Amino acid sequence: MRVTQHPILGDLEDEKKVTFYYNGQPMEGIEGEPIAAALMNAGIRVFRTTAKRHEPRGIFCAIGRCTDCMMVVDGIPNTRTCVTTLKEGMRVEKQEGLERIRTGEEYK
Amino acid sequence: MSNTENNTKEGIIYTGVPSKAELAAAPGVPSEERMCQGRVACIECVQGIPCNPCEGACKFGAITIGDEITNLPHIDEEKCTGCGMCVAACPGLAITIVNKAFNQKEATVDFPFEYIPLPEVGDEVDAVSRMGEVLCKGRILSVKKPKSYAGTAVVSMAIPQEFADEVRNMKRLPR
Amino acid sequence: MKELTADVAIVGAGSAGLCAAYQAATAGADVLVIDENKRPGGQLFKQIHKFFGSKEHQAGTRGYVIGEQLLQKVEESGARVMLDSLVYGLLPDKSMGVISNGVNYSVKAKKIIIAAGAKENYMAFPGSTLPGVMGAGAAQTMVNVNRVLPGQKILMVGSGNVGLIVSYQLMQAGAEVVGIVEGAPRIGGYGVHAGKIRRAGVPIYVGHTIKRVFGKEEVEGVEIAALDEKWNMIPGTEKAFEVDTVCLAVGLNPMTELVWMVGCEFDFIPQFGGHVPLHDANMETTVKGVYVAGDVTGVEEASSAMEEGNMAGVAAVEALGYLTREEAQKKKDEIRSRLDTLRSGVFGEGRRKNKEKQIADMETYKEQYKEAADHE
Repeated sequence: MRVTQHPILGDLEDEKKVTFYYNGQPMEGIEGEPIAAALMNAGIRVFRTTAKRHEPRGIFCAIGRCTDCMMVVDGIPNTRTCVTTLKEGMRVEKQEGLERIRTGEEYK
Repeated sequence: MSNTENNTKEGIIYTGVPSKAELAAAPGVPSEERMCQGRVACIECVQGIPCNPCEGACKFGAITIGDEITNLPHIDEEKCTGCGMCVAACPGLAITIVNKAFNQKEATVDFPFEYIPLPEVGDEVDAVSRMGEVLCKGRILSVKKPKSYAGTAVVSMAIPQEFADEVRNMKRLPR
Repeated sequence: MKELTADVAIVGAGSAGLCAAYQAATAGADVLVIDENKRPGGQLFKQIHKFFGSKEHQAGTRGYVIGEQLLQKVEESGARVMLDSLVYGLLPDKSMGVISNGVNYSVKAKKIIIAAGAKENYMAFPGSTLPGVMGAGAAQTMVNVNRVLPGQKILMVGSGNVGLIVSYQLMQAGAEVVGIVEGAPRIGGYGVHAGKIRRAGVPIYVGHTIKRVFGKEEVEGVEIAALDEKWNMIPGTEKAFEVDTVCLAVGLNPMTELVWMVGCEFDFIPQFGGHVPLHDANMETTVKGVYVAGDVTGVEEASSAMEEGNMAGVAAVEALGYLTREEAQKKKDEIRSRLDTLRSGVFGEGRRKNKEKQIADMETYKEQYKEAADHE
């Protein structure tokens, strides 16, 4: 959920909205924010599953250290979504274990 | 002894709330007599933290910490006018302005408030203790949030006199 | 591989790194600051509370405002700041490997200041890997920098200043905090921070720990239990809460990878977060010309990180001749006095003693090294 009003930081304003795709579903985010923040705002918390036991993982450190938030972004797996900024039209997909680089029509 | 027995222990290091004894020993807490004479700063600062913005915020020289920055702030009851400049200046939000003789039945407490929405003048709100318990209703007298307070609002609230030693804030309003 | 040179190269554009850059650049040195993030400021911009200390420490000013002012000063100082750039290696000849937007750089500098900061500790318990369990600092970044609430109902583990402050800030952003759990028999952080939490009606459970988090795909609830004097859970004392988020504020540890790599000697100081590099009063490590500053030298807080950055910056440019000994000494005395203030009082005393030990161990090392050199 977006914190639009804040007692100290004031109102959130002049943010440029962009559309990105989560598992093919269009979603709205703020340009330049971490992908992880846009997903968290949309209530999406499971970002990937582990390779061996297929357990869910989500944001843990939010500073690019722990790698729990890795997803497939524009076809590139193992992208740390907490330190990768959101751009218009980005394709963000849940990562299942260790993935290969996704190619194909949708990435052209 | 189990670690949980401390849950029944008094004192700021166990509860986050200064005990009666700690408050009585704090040099920033004014006397009962002074609180009954009108507005005065009540500085509930009981741990030696290196911090002194309250001293600089007081234009009347009523708050003294001195050269040793970990000294507890001392309030000069005579010099303090209850102006409230120190309330927003305290990074620990540990200062209130208390007036036990607002009128025949009511006392006032001015406290720092950093949530939204802010209450409005005339609102009836839940007045809370240091532990967050709702003790009584409070009537909002003023809400100040000038730029110089750097984001902190100072709210003045009238409460029944018998709660003046306990009430230190108000319950957050639903967003 | 492209080559870059500088008098002083600084790793990290956070509290310590930016202060070091400001000091070095205003003295006239050619300064290059390198940071992995897209924005400078490190963790300063998520600190929205008013800082403690004295006027000289900008007490009463909120952390993010201090960050904005510092950035402005660094910009005017002429220091170059290279963002979105990762330092992946540091060799004893003080050359660094840096990758920036897919381009490899070799950075050669006369002096290196490592101000890499710290990262949050993890804590293992059943369910601790479920999405919704996250670092308190992570939640703070989300809510104050990215303006997104990590959850609606939150349990905080840890009552140090981070746990207390982040709990408060989550409430300021509109979340509900159901409680703070502390394993120790007493609250770890400042009483005044705890007081804000208590006035908001949030209980602090000292002598308790988290037993498990439950939930299928993400956090749905949490169970806590009381601890006996040996820190074992006492059966029958469990309490359950319906929460969607559990934040861990259980300390930090210095990010010392580059410091190890360049060959510095270390101390082990648990209260500082574990292994910390030996350094002298000038913040210089056992590798000549390599300085450290901020949390990487031992986890403290932003104000002392800034002062250590100031110290390292002044010392590095003094060694390069940009400041005379007298000029540098005057600055260093002022910085030292401000640092001593921050490390005073009931909460600062322990940090002061640890820092003294760290510096004393450095002196011992120097002696031993000198003896060994004399024998050769």
